[in-house]
Amino acid sequence: MNIKLLLTIAKSLLLARWRQTLVAAIGVTFSITMFITLLSFMSGLNDLLDGLILNRTAHIKLFNEIKATKDQPIDLSDKFKSSYHFIHSIKPSNARQEIYNNGAILKALNSDKRVKGIAPKIIAQVFYNVGAIDITGVINGIDVEAENKLFFFNDYVTAGNYIDLLNVPNSIILGKGAAEKMLANIGDVIQITTPKGDRIQLKVVGFFQSGLVELDKVQSYCSLTTTQKLLGKSSNYITDIQVKLNDMTTAPVLAKEYANTFGIDAEDIQTANSQFETGSSIRTLISYAVGITLLIVAGFGIYNILNMMIYEKMDSIAILKATGFSGKDVNTIFVVIALSIGFFGGLVGLLFGFGLSSVIDQIPFNTASLPTIKTYPINYNPKFYTIGITFSLITTYFAGLFPARKASKIDPVVIIRGK
Amino acid sequence: MSQIVLQAKGINKSFHDPITIQILKDINFTVNKGEFVSVIGKSGCGKSTLLYILSTMDTDFQGELLIDGESTRNKKEGQLALVRNEKIGFVFQFHYLLNEFSVLRNVMLPGLKLGKYSEEEVEHRAMQKLKILGIENEAHKMANQLSGGQKQRVAIARALINDPLIIMGDEPTGNLDKKNGKIVFDIFQELAQEFKQTLLIVTHDNEFANSTDRIIEMEDGRIVKL
Repeated sequence: MNIKLLLTIAKSLLLARWRQTLVAAIGVTFSITMFITLLSFMSGLNDLLDGLILNRTAHIKLFNEIKATKDQPIDLSDKFKSSYHFIHSIKPSNARQEIYNNGAILKALNSDKRVKGIAPKIIAQVFYNVGAIDITGVINGIDVEAENKLFFFNDYVTAGNYIDLLNVPNSIILGKGAAEKMLANIGDVIQITTPKGDRIQLKVVGFFQSGLVELDKVQSYCSLTTTQKLLGKSSNYITDIQVKLNDMTTAPVLAKEYANTFGIDAEDIQTANSQFETGSSIRTLISYAVGITLLIVAGFGIYNILNMMIYEKMDSIAILKATGFSGKDVNTIFVVIALSIGFFGGLVGLLFGFGLSSVIDQIPFNTASLPTIKTYPINYNPKFYTIGITFSLITTYFAGLFPARKASKIDPVVIIRGK
Repeated sequence: MSQIVLQAKGINKSFHDPITIQILKDINFTVNKGEFVSVIGKSGCGKSTLLYILSTMDTDFQGELLIDGESTRNKKEGQLALVRNEKIGFVFQFHYLLNEFSVLRNVMLPGLKLGKYSEEEVEHRAMQKLKILGIENEAHKMANQLSGGQKQRVAIARALINDPLIIMGDEPTGNLDKKNGKIVFDIFQELAQEFKQTLLIVTHDNEFANSTDRIIEMEDGRIVKL
């Protein structure tokens, strides 16, 4: 009963000064709109930029690094166990880059429940022959279907069909930059030189564009069998195993586990691309900071308007108190006023924010480096909307609290006597 | 035999800013149920100050105040608000109606706050009070659409809504012209005689005071005549 009465009083006070109320509410609406739009856009952009790297990067990469062995022969000798060893000019032994016993490793990974999928890969250094000039390049021998399933290979093939790598023998998908250097079109036959000096001809079936120009000048793709053939290796030769996990955050732990189990090198995505995580977390931080600043500014607006309202309503507050409303009641009335401005302003702000982000979502955005993107990216995460309305309620609550406390402390005597 | 509604026991009050001045000196008196009492005195003799202490709005004083036999000492702000709501009705020099509400709603607010009756009942009672004061036709107008005399009558209706033990007035006719002042005074008299309503009215209008049951005369913070 009491609360209902206080609510009706708050409502009457609000509606009596509806212009002021509207201005305050518009302040909140504007800041929530901008908060939602900014975060949706920023996080859409973040996802896009992260996707650029993360989509195509394995969560764990298993490979054989060329490096000197940790256990040098002298370490194995009992005779020198208590001595400090000085060994100069250690060189790596002539180890193969190939992953030994990869059939068993692939089988073990395939049955691991934490693994979403695996894609074996061969990395081969080659030269592209353009007339008399040789351009250095890298051919990635890939399991075409697995690569497409896990790393969205097809998204980055801008011309031609990716599946032709399997269907056409001795075929290659050239990086866009490399193709431009070689003046190659789809259907042309290009010549490459393998590290062993063999010259091999390959048919161009498509172009690949990753969005990273430097990469596109060097990288090309062939099927696993074509690559094994051009390197002159057997059909079980692979140099890398790319593992995609169900939960990316477990990568560092699992990488260590695999390195121990399989006795090979394992690199997790967090280590390999730490700069990206830093970048995106800082971008997110900035957008939140800007959004929350907007809300706090709106909060000050509400604070001002409520303060003014209290000075105007001094007499009304005094008479309410004289006729039996306690300080707590008056406090509740003004907090309710502030919260309803925050709630309704915030709600409209959510709608406008959604509208504005949908509009941005329709704006064409074509860039050579991002072939799959046609419009500006927007992330419609409900989390932003929840944060938006929560913050609008919290800021308006605090903006209302101080004027409300002031109002509750008004002494009716001073005002009534003052007339 | 007559019931004591309000009792002041040795009330002293001083203002300390800028120098200590004693405003009220050892005030002792009682108001019985059904009495129509007026407090008179020259400007600055402390009669308004006394009224605010009696109304529980001013708690900064020495001495003791008993309303309906209960001391107001050691009561919290919320409890005092409840006492004002239930037992005291106020009529000030200025009407202090809330312009955001209709006349009826203004009268109803203290009744709704008390929560003793349902909203329909409070509304019915408010209409009755307005009828007693002859302004039931204005019930649905907004408060700022009334004339000064009508507003003061609405304020009296508001004071009556919870059937208070005592109505306190601070120069209730001070802002009105002769005619309206007369109307308001007649209403007070009618309340006292017909409804046995206890009234304590501060005034400097001797004509007004002479028509009341009892006059308390103050001078320099003391009661000189009971």
